[in-house]
Amino acid sequence: MGWIPSTVSGRCYCIILFFLAGAPWIFLWTNQPFLLDLLCRGLILAIAATSLNLIMGYGGMVSLGHAAFIGIGAYCVGIPAYYDIYNGWVHLGLTVVVSAIFALLTGLVSLRTKGVYFIMITLAFSQMIYFTFVSLEEYGGDDGLVIYLRSEFPDFLTMQGPVALYYWIFSTLLLTLFLVHRLVHAHFGRVIVGAKHNEQRMQLLGFDTYRYRLTCYVISGVICGLAGMLLGNFTGFISPEMMNWIRSGELIFMVVMGGSGFLFGPLIGTGAFVFLEQYLPEFMKFLNPSWLEYWHLPFGLLLVLLVLVGKGGIHGMLSKLDSKAQQSSK
Amino acid sequence: MTRPLLHISGLCKSFGGIVATDHIDLEIRPGFIHAIIGPNGAGKTTLIAQLSGTLIPDAGQIKFNGHNITSLSAPNRVKLGLARSFQITSVLLPMTVLENVMLAIQGTDGHSYRFWTPIHKDHEMLDRGMTYLQMVGLEDRARYLAAEVSHGEQRQLEIAMTLALKPRLLLLDEPMAGMGLEESARMIRFLAGLREQTTILLIEHDMDAVFSLADTLSVLVNGRVIATDTVKNIRANPEVQRAYLGDDHA
Ligand SMILES: Nc1ncnc2c1ncn2[C@@H]1O[C@H](COP(=O)(O)OP(=O)(O)OP(=O)(O)O)[C@@H](O)[C@H]1O
Ligand SMILES: [Mg+2]
Repeated sequence: MGWIPSTVSGRCYCIILFFLAGAPWIFLWTNQPFLLDLLCRGLILAIAATSLNLIMGYGGMVSLGHAAFIGIGAYCVGIPAYYDIYNGWVHLGLTVVVSAIFALLTGLVSLRTKGVYFIMITLAFSQMIYFTFVSLEEYGGDDGLVIYLRSEFPDFLTMQGPVALYYWIFSTLLLTLFLVHRLVHAHFGRVIVGAKHNEQRMQLLGFDTYRYRLTCYVISGVICGLAGMLLGNFTGFISPEMMNWIRSGELIFMVVMGGSGFLFGPLIGTGAFVFLEQYLPEFMKFLNPSWLEYWHLPFGLLLVLLVLVGKGGIHGMLSKLDSKAQQSSK
Repeated sequence: MTRPLLHISGLCKSFGGIVATDHIDLEIRPGFIHAIIGPNGAGKTTLIAQLSGTLIPDAGQIKFNGHNITSLSAPNRVKLGLARSFQITSVLLPMTVLENVMLAIQGTDGHSYRFWTPIHKDHEMLDRGMTYLQMVGLEDRARYLAAEVSHGEQRQLEIAMTLALKPRLLLLDEPMAGMGLEESARMIRFLAGLREQTTILLIEHDMDAVFSLADTLSVLVNGRVIATDTVKNIRANPEVQRAYLGDDHA
């Protein structure tokens, strides 16, 4: 049966995708709307993390400002909704255009730099837009905006109701994964990956690496913007807090934890992150109620451990199972 | 006399107090193999870096095929037909040998803003990649990672990638560096075979290689060209012998 992946990790991802495809029905039957919510949030973040993986994991551009795009996408729903414009195509179009422009303008400047400087500049840009929205009193400033109705796609697929929204999110994730997969194996992606490993060599092979990276950055920004658009629809409440640099840092963690530079790394990384964030406090409380407020400590330690022990993140650990299996079958 | 393919005039470059390139004037004629020899630290690699566009000279001019390329970016020089290999092997280690060559083909083959078709389905490019690997005798290593093959094979790959750029002028920075005797001999034969296809600027420590390959020869000492002549005349030049070759070569 050729369509079953031959590796342990491949099978795991297959199972995860099948589970995700049916998850809403499982949670509805078992009457766990909360779990469905958690899953929605996790998958939205997974889309954002996958977009970050494209520039960071494949392209070596570590951005500490990627959450800015989540915020942009969310406000591209929120601000029209504030003026009673609920047409989803408008929201979608705005998200794509504004994210692309923001990525292009900030990328033009930040991609001139490398390493720590790139991290700092992306951070600076995201804080700039963060404080811009904080100061926009008209749109709630610090307090944010409430979105009363979800984006409407008349004569297309509805987003109303938890299950419909879930499938919007799930299909966007699938599309994103597929797109990134095609991209990194196509001519374009080879240039991006090559420039990560040896930029000077790539330039001396005739590639204007700056332009290729800029294109990649814009693609990644737009995908992350779409995640923001979904997040705005999901939470129904948006605020500048969504683009805080701490959110960007969490995205990096999700990618690294899952396996930077691997297609499914961000998805499992996000899963692990959201799970721990949700259940570690409860677990701490279960051990000793007074420990609850210290849950960040084991959380941080676990993250560091995952990154250190499993080089290549969770994906790296799964791949080790593969090589072990191969060795024992020899 | 034919017009020079590469014309360097008054080229200067210093790093702080170190003068690495000191008013270099040089002409390379099409179809020639021109070698540059010189002791360690003479400024040979620095010269190549300025020719390929990774280092900006402090003063002077570089003309390639009639164009002034002094301030042209490195990728655009490659597109004009100026390709270099590296003294320190500079291949993409996590990619396969074939992928490395295919990247080089991509680099001069129009643009790579092709987002959808996987590269391993681009049969035309696969074939072309294999052709270059066959030229350097690496075809049975095609599917190995560049990190997995031997040092000598990485050197061959380096050459294959440079050739895949279809250069009009090949800048080779010590292509035999770190190779065994047998591998070197093979590389010398191979480079001799390239004579018909392109012009070569060869930097090499290996005197046997230089003397058997080069048509003309420049001696670089402390960033200055102290002599440029035919191989025969250089060997007989007393100043060169004193500065570089040593008595045993006399
Ligand atoms: N980036 C740099 N910064 C400072 N000094 C440099 C730099 N690159 C080269 N140099 C100095 O310039 C001089 C010429 O170096 P270069 O590498 O061009 O010599 P080379 O002739 O290629 O030597 P080798 O035979 O060892 O390869 C040396 O003194 C070197 O230390
Ligand atoms: Mg050198």
